[in-house]
Amino acid sequence: MREGDADVRFEVLVEVRLRPGIADPQGATVERALPALGFEGVGAVRVGKAIRLSVEAADAEGARARAGAVADRLLANPVIEESVITVTP
Amino acid sequence: MTARLGVVVFPGSNCEHDVVRALGLVAAADDVPAVAAELVWHGQRSLAGYDAVVLPGGFAHGDYLRPGAIARFSPVMEALAGFAAAGGPVVGICNGFQVLTEAGLLPGALQKNRGLRFVCATVGVTVESDRSVLTADVAPGTRLALPVNHFEGNFTCDAATLAALEAEGRVVLRYTEDVNGSARRIAGVCNEAGNVVGLMPHPERACDALTGATDGMVLLGALLRATARRAGTAVGA
Repeated sequence: MREGDADVRFEVLVEVRLRPGIADPQGATVERALPALGFEGVGAVRVGKAIRLSVEAADAEGARARAGAVADRLLANPVIEESVITVTP
Repeated sequence: MTARLGVVVFPGSNCEHDVVRALGLVAAADDVPAVAAELVWHGQRSLAGYDAVVLPGGFAHGDYLRPGAIARFSPVMEALAGFAAAGGPVVGICNGFQVLTEAGLLPGALQKNRGLRFVCATVGVTVESDRSVLTADVAPGTRLALPVNHFEGNFTCDAATLAALEAEGRVVLRYTEDVNGSARRIAGVCNEAGNVVGLMPHPERACDALTGATDGMVLLGALLRATARRAGTAVGA
């Protein structure tokens, strides 16, 4: 960030989801409930978390990096989860 | 000097008094050197003077985000990491196990139970390994009946970690039947040195014949002896 640059607030969506191959008890339970409710042809259910943040940064990439650090350190457990970050100005 | 064991209290812990009481019962019933069990607030930054530490069950920090996710950043956890690295006995019971995995002091993670089923039952557990501070005095193959009481006890880790845990004798306890979907029915694991142990069952709730079970006493007895050894107060050690 250059001297004098003002930080901007970015709305950031952090989607925390289980890594591929990790069993998903919540997704499996939801999926099993679907046929009984008449929802045929709906499958591959995976349940995760959506976490919204407001991040101050000089630009969208800076906001993404800060949100990524938050996700890596706290929001996701790297043993079983990964995160996807979407930044909107 | 009396050996000292600290039971860490996070906001939301709820088994700390059970642990302290059970350790007293075990020490009285068993031929175990005196150990003073004391509560340690999670905001404390030092564990100096303690010879063993227990992270008890409960809902540390409300279990918000994930069980243990906030607790791992409690001030006491940095001291605990140093204590564990120096070989100090550390046992995490239920929520304490979840905190230890989140903190990276034990491998794997505890997911929601298969079928999203909260389990509250006395279950069969086999002692698989005697190389942890909790099972050092128990012959592998010993069967115990221990209470479980959890929603997130479904032990998960990657295939390489699972293979290493099995090969290195670090699967400490295994359910005799599937309880929650855990990989290989794992109920408890330890670190490489065996001084850090996590388990979902509650040995402290199985230490009084009055409440119907005493199988937890052999585990806590081993922990008390490990504590005494650490303090240098063990008789004949």
